[in-house]
Order: sequence, then C-alpha cells, then structure tokens
Amino acid sequence: MTDQPSGLEITDLHVSVETEQGPKAILKGVDLVLKPGQIHAIMGPNGSGKSTLAYSLAGHPKYKITSGSVRLDGLELTDLSVERRAQAGLFLAMQYPVEVPGVSVSNFLRTARTALSGQAPPLRGWVKQVDQALGRMQLDGEFSGRSVNEGFSGGEKKRHEIVQLDLLNPKYAILDETDSGLDIDALRVVSEGVNRYAAQGDRGVLLITHYTRILRHIKPDFVHVFVDGRIAQEGGPDLAEELEKSGYEKYLRAVTP
Amino acid sequence: MTVGPVETHTVSHLHPPGSFALDDHPEPSGREEIWRFTPLRLIQPIFQDQSPAPVELTLAGDQAGWAEPLALGQGVRGQILTPVDRVAALASARVAQASHLVLPAGLKLDQPIRLDLTVAASSGLAANHLVIEAEAGSRATVLLRHGGRGVYLGNVEIRVGPQAELTVVSIQDWDPGASHLGQHEAQVAPGASYRHIAVSLGGDLIRLQNNVSYSGAGGSAELYGVYFCDAGQHIEHRLFVDHNHPKGKSLADYRGALQGRGARSVWVGDVLIRARAQGIETYESNKNLVLSEGCRADSVPNLEIETGDIVGAGHSASTGRFDDEQLFYLRSRGLDPKEARRLVVRGFFAQLIARVGVPDVEQALMAKIDRELAAGSA
Repeated sequence: MTDQPSGLEITDLHVSVETEQGPKAILKGVDLVLKPGQIHAIMGPNGSGKSTLAYSLAGHPKYKITSGSVRLDGLELTDLSVERRAQAGLFLAMQYPVEVPGVSVSNFLRTARTALSGQAPPLRGWVKQVDQALGRMQLDGEFSGRSVNEGFSGGEKKRHEIVQLDLLNPKYAILDETDSGLDIDALRVVSEGVNRYAAQGDRGVLLITHYTRILRHIKPDFVHVFVDGRIAQEGGPDLAEELEKSGYEKYLRAVTP
Repeated sequence: MTVGPVETHTVSHLHPPGSFALDDHPEPSGREEIWRFTPLRLIQPIFQDQSPAPVELTLAGDQAGWAEPLALGQGVRGQILTPVDRVAALASARVAQASHLVLPAGLKLDQPIRLDLTVAASSGLAANHLVIEAEAGSRATVLLRHGGRGVYLGNVEIRVGPQAELTVVSIQDWDPGASHLGQHEAQVAPGASYRHIAVSLGGDLIRLQNNVSYSGAGGSAELYGVYFCDAGQHIEHRLFVDHNHPKGKSLADYRGALQGRGARSVWVGDVLIRARAQGIETYESNKNLVLSEGCRADSVPNLEIETGDIVGAGHSASTGRFDDEQLFYLRSRGLDPKEARRLVVRGFFAQLIARVGVPDVEQALMAKIDRELAAGSA
C-alpha cells in the first residue's frame, strides 16, 4: 500500500523583500496544510501579503524565504529552483501573466508540457487535447496561434492560465486573484475550469482572492483570513459569508497599533 | 510672424549626395556623422592594406544566369547606386566589371537564386559590385550568402522593374576577424514590391548602408533585419529610404539580440519624405534585446518630412532586457533558464525570419541563432 500524499505543507513561513531601507518582512509565520482533494481559499485585504505567499511558494527571486518550510508531498521546496518546484507538481496561475512576443500559445504549451513531463507529448493527440482545452475555456482554435499574452484581454489572460492548469494538470495549484478583472461570464467559465480540475479528487487548490464573488462558483473546504502576513482566522465556507457582510475591518483593527 | 520661402530645391539634411570620386570621401577620422558610431580601431585596418584580395562568387542552380558584366556607366550600373561613403566608393572603383544578374520580364521563380560570396584572404581588401535587375513582372528571391574571412567591401545595386516582386536576402555569416562593409541600393518602380532582408551574424565588423528610392509613383519597399551581436562584435545597419515619388510605401523592421561584453549594435533609420512624395506611407522600427551585461545598442530613427500630405509616417525604437518577470513566468512552467531564453529569443526573431520564405534557410538561421545562444550561456 502506498502512502497518501501528505499535501502542500507550509510551516512557519517567513518571507521578506529587499527595499531601499533594507529587508522588509512581508510574511510573518504562515502555517497551512493543503491536502489532496481540498480547496482552500485565502482571503484578505490589499497589502496583506496574499500575493507574496503565492510568489514565494513558486520561488520568485524577489522574495526571500528567511525561515520556515514548504513541503510538497514531503519534498522540501524552499531550496529548489523555480522550475524544479514546477516539475515537482506546483502550479501558479498568475495575477499578471507576462507577454512572450513571438512565442505562440501552442508552442508555449507544448514546451511547458515537455519541460514538466520530461518528454514531448505525441503531436497528434496533443493538438486535439489543446483544442479541447481551449474550447472548454471558450477560446477558439485561432487562439493557439497567437503570441503568449500579447494583446490578450484581461479575461483571455486568465482563461489562458486555466488552459494551462487543465493541460499541465499539476498536483497543487495556486490561483492568485484569478478572478480579478473578469466579467460575470468569464468568471463562470474560469470557475468551471477550476472545478473540473478539482473534481479529479486528488488535486489541491489554493485560491487567493480579495472578493467573495468567486466563492459562489467555487466552493472551498476551508477559508483563511490573511492579515498582515499571517493567517488571522480560519474556518469553513461560512467564514466567507461572514466576510461578505462585515469585511476585513475587525481583523485589521486587531493588528493596527 | 513671417513665412519664409518654400524650399524648392532641398538637399536632405540626412544625406548629402554621394560621389564616385574617392577624393570626395576622405578616410574616416571617426568624427564624421556617418562614421561616428563605428569604432576607428575596426575601420582603420581596412584602409591600411589595400592590395586586392579575391572574392569567390558562386551561382548555384540553373534558374538564372549571369548577364554581360557592367562597367561603371554601362547599363544600369551607376544610375542607382552612387557611393555615400569611402568604402562604397572603393568597392565601386575596384570593380571594373560588375557581376550582373538579370531576371527576365515575367519570369516567376519558386526556388531562390543562391549566390555565395566567399572571401578567404588573410590580407588585402576584397571588393565586389553586384547588379541585380528584376525586369517587369518578374518574381524571385535572391539569396546572398557572405562568408569566410578577411576584409570585404561589397556593393549591391538593384533595379526592381514595374510590377516586379523581388526579395533580396543578404546573410552575413563571417568567421571571427572578418569585416564586411558596403552599400546596398535599390530603386523601386511603380507597382513593384521590393523586400530586403539583412541577416548579420558573424564577423568582427558588419556595416551595411541600405538605401531605397523610387523611380515613379506607388512602389513598395520592406526592409527587414535580424542580427545577433556577440562579445566584441560591431554590427551596424544604416537605412536610408528616399521617398522621392508620390504614393510609395516603406516599412522597416530590424531586430537584434546582443550578448557578451563589448557587443555593440547600431541602427540608423533615415527616412526622407520629399515635398513631391504626397500620399506615401512609411513606418520603421528597431528592437533590441539585451541578453547580458556590457552590451550597447544604439538606435537612431530619423524622419525628415517635407510634406504633410501623406498617409502616415512613424517610427519606434526600443531596447529591452530579457526581463526577470518573463524568465520567472517561463520557469514557473518548468522551463530551465536556458530553455526560457531560447524560447524568448526565438520568438523575438521568428516573425522576421519567416519573411525569408525559404524553409531550409529559415531553419538554418534559427539553428544558427540557437548556437549563438548556447555559446553565450555556456
């Protein structure tokens, strides 16, 4: 019998960024365990460190992990390069996906898939898979010929991130404000994509968001309120409803001297 | 406010008229406007040992043949290209009989005409003057492949006849130590489409003056360039589009990558819209991608506009780093930094290389760029 994967375990994570005044602590001891099959929502006001958490997990060089640990099914990630973390099964859907002029979506997807799985996918089946994944995000076949994120609308960028989630099928996905800038229809399409991914049952989703509206489409198992670089409150889906009504104010008051 | 007299005879501020006389082009001191970007240490050796060195010119295939060689003043030679600097004047003076390629009227070729120009001289100066005439209604691609070592001065004089479609691809893929300078100049007839694609890769010094003018209303010129500049290398492309007739079009798009200490690129894009050139349309762009520390890219677009009665005129120039956010995005999708760089640089050049339109050449160029990248990041 094989062991149940232990999940994405974040333990006492401290992260700082370099500023002109010296290093500034952003994350001040984050503890969170994301088990396979779970959806966790991280909610918090602007500037609370939510995106820093996302970038730090993925290994962005701007953020220095000063102490703590991140383990993916037992594998310590904090010492690994960005690409090794991705190869270990971590995916970050970015809030601001970057343009790569002259590189087509299809070439990009195939290159990424090859880099992650260690071998190029057989061309025939792959083209069909890509077309289907684009179709599920209501993107037409022409989309695969466009340069990555170049001239994409805000909605197209986010859908393209979810197309990658679909095709690359990582073990754990961090979605950094994937809902921001989406209109109602795009929000629904994107949410369906995330739900399909989560429905596999053995994948973990860390959904970072500022607003509760995406939680009408994606039902989290756990909700964490993120304030001033750490988790201030944890609960079930009810917590999101409470936040909807009363906002973040009471949590902010608690940390403001 | 007083309004001055409308200039009826305008000499471009950008381009004084050329001359065949060597005396009219003193040896560069480095202070001249046209030479100020080119390092003297690379120019001076050119004028030191002027003993003639041979150029090997090979025409592959049998789609086209040489026509009678041309002396200066004979046929079209000298009607289109007047040397604008000393090296072009030297090349012209050195070549008594210019090789002459004629694409007969109505000839339509699917395969490119391949011309290899090879220099294998350890001393001296190799010079060449090539005349290409695309007669009315012809359609062809002429591929010039330059390679070898030594110092090469090469002029290419091109007439694009009415309704002709001519693509000239000039690949500069020299061995280290080589220098290549020269003037390419085309005259585009009404209804004609001319494309010039410069691909500059190897050698210590590449400095090409690429000029276009029109013989009547309504021709089109597209000037593309791809260059990869390594440590210590100087690659300079100077364009001059003379909109001397109405309703012409011109488009220039040059892209270069720089990598390694002392890599230096220069792009000068001069476009003159003369008073009579009403209804023309022009756009020029230069983009540089800096891949490492210690590189320098100069980008100088100049538009000189003597009539406002035009469809459009614009330019853009940018020099950017392969940036950290791009790198992070690609790495987060599993690509290692080398692969990420390769993907970005390939993407940067892919659209222009696709303009070559000759698959085996496109593949070879991409492979060459991959090798340049691999060498730089090793």
